[in-house]
Amino acid sequence: MSSILFFEQLLNGIQFGTMLFLMSAGLTLIFGVMGLINLAHGSFYMIGAFSAALIAGLTGSFWLALLASLSGAAIAGVLIEILIIRRLYRRDHLDQVLATFALILLLSEGVRWCFGAFPLYLDIPKNLNGTLLILDDIIYSKYRLFIIFMGLLIATGLYILITKTRLGVRIRAGQNDRQMISALGVDISKLYTIVFALGASLAGLAGAMIGAIQSVEVGMGEPILILAFVVIVIGGIGSIKGALIGSILVGVTDTIGRIFLPELLKIFMEPASATSVGSSIGSMLIYILMALILIIKPSGLFGKT
Amino acid sequence: MIVEKIFNKWILVFLFLIPVLGFIFEEPYYITLTTKVVILGIAGIGLNLALGYCGLISFGHAAFFGLGGYVTGILSFHALNSELIFSWPFVTSGSSEMLLIWPIVILSSAFLALIIGLLSLRTTGVYFIMITLAFAQMLYFFAISWPNYGGEDGLSIYMRNSLPIINTMDPLTFYFICLCWLLIVIFISAKLINSSFGMAFQAIKQNEERVKSVGIETFKVKLLVFVISGTITGLAGSLYTDLNRFISPSVLNWQMSGEIMVFVILGGIARLYGPLVGAAFFIVLEQTLGGYTENWQFWLGLILILEILYVRTGILSLFEKKLKYEK
Repeated sequence: MSSILFFEQLLNGIQFGTMLFLMSAGLTLIFGVMGLINLAHGSFYMIGAFSAALIAGLTGSFWLALLASLSGAAIAGVLIEILIIRRLYRRDHLDQVLATFALILLLSEGVRWCFGAFPLYLDIPKNLNGTLLILDDIIYSKYRLFIIFMGLLIATGLYILITKTRLGVRIRAGQNDRQMISALGVDISKLYTIVFALGASLAGLAGAMIGAIQSVEVGMGEPILILAFVVIVIGGIGSIKGALIGSILVGVTDTIGRIFLPELLKIFMEPASATSVGSSIGSMLIYILMALILIIKPSGLFGKT
Repeated sequence: MIVEKIFNKWILVFLFLIPVLGFIFEEPYYITLTTKVVILGIAGIGLNLALGYCGLISFGHAAFFGLGGYVTGILSFHALNSELIFSWPFVTSGSSEMLLIWPIVILSSAFLALIIGLLSLRTTGVYFIMITLAFAQMLYFFAISWPNYGGEDGLSIYMRNSLPIINTMDPLTFYFICLCWLLIVIFISAKLINSSFGMAFQAIKQNEERVKSVGIETFKVKLLVFVISGTITGLAGSLYTDLNRFISPSVLNWQMSGEIMVFVILGGIARLYGPLVGAAFFIVLEQTLGGYTENWQFWLGLILILEILYVRTGILSLFEKKLKYEK
């Protein structure tokens, strides 16, 4: 089993990591530029998945559905930013946590109102269905490879956006000194709306892509939101590079830990108790990792001190 | 402030009256509901010490609430099937005596708060919020995947734990036990806040550097506040298990931490009775909205957002007579 299984799980971990990156990139940008803790980020993941399921149901096209997830989440992001979030930038973290916590209740229940409580399903397109043979003896799902590819594509796109374009310059300037760039004539509130919508649409895309493997249901965003927070705290809040490395680290640690920790413990424990202890510790592993990193580096791997 | 104090007296009067009325008119449901308010109020008062008075925004108080709950559940689970909890290093059996359970809950929550505090207080700001969240999530996932005590399904205890002489199974009696704890906790908090130690931790919220420069070791002060805060919330967790006669990992979930935080903020942070008012408001809202519409969470969310955006300082501030020079 070992080497093939290990490689497969490693790919699963990377695939999970790239999805986490889509979530945490937006989260870390929003925190870095606007100083906002956005607990409602998982709601955009859900909104993206539901928009995709709706359009896929109407048109039958997966690609239109992906487009719908991006635009649906972006539209929701713009509306929510203008109506609510905008008033929170100057507040302390406590108010932000509370208001966005309330926003989760509102958005989850709103979506349940519109779509009902039953999960929806999103189909993988035919040409991505099935498996692919990599390196002679490893069989791996085409769709999951596609997810990894999309993740890398978006990471590259974000890198170009942040480092090479005018918008990127403004975003970086906003991270360094908000007052200065608004004094230089940049429309800061428009910039904030754009950054928020960008983050929301990335989360929405992640929701749609994962929604095709799992089911599309209310509350799907919250577990991954907490993981995305773990990622940005490990990577250092505000750093996109940190978010990328943190995502892969968390994705791989979580996947590999859950599978191999029970196996590892079986070497020096009874099989039954090794399985239960191993799976308990396996599911706690990323939180242990995060606590360790924060204890050694209190502001994350790439955070500003 | 005077109006607020009178209002606080009224709260206590109501806390006596509502369950007694519920008893007279044979509506035990209201007794249970008020018990829930009191217990969650205690949890909130615990968090308020750290969050409201000392500025330590803990997003992980569900850890203490859940630990208190699980310690209570596990002790009485073992008392019921008379198995030993562990036989090494010393023989330990379960117990269904509240007088024994409470000290164990207090010691274990204090110990957990000490460990979490020692590690988390090295960080500040957002990192502190997130690391406390991470510790609570660790316990949550541990509780889910640990099969001995029900795992994801939770653990039922068939008999409420007991006290000598008193019958705790009677809803009204159990309510007054919780009310006693509430009064004790309020008394202790009031004493703490007005002590010199209290001055120190409230000053830390305003300006930690200055407090340091006066020669106070702020780390120790913050750690002690965090331990006291966690212990009080842990005790509330123990009462909560006894109220429901059931404990499941959902009380360790981050949504629980969020709710305890909502109680504190709704009532008004750094106000002694704030969390109690917040919990009462939250639960009454949940019950009334739940009666009208299936989608009560939507309206709850909306009301919370409006409160945060426009009222800002919590419900109790509405009863505060403002002095002329205040804005």
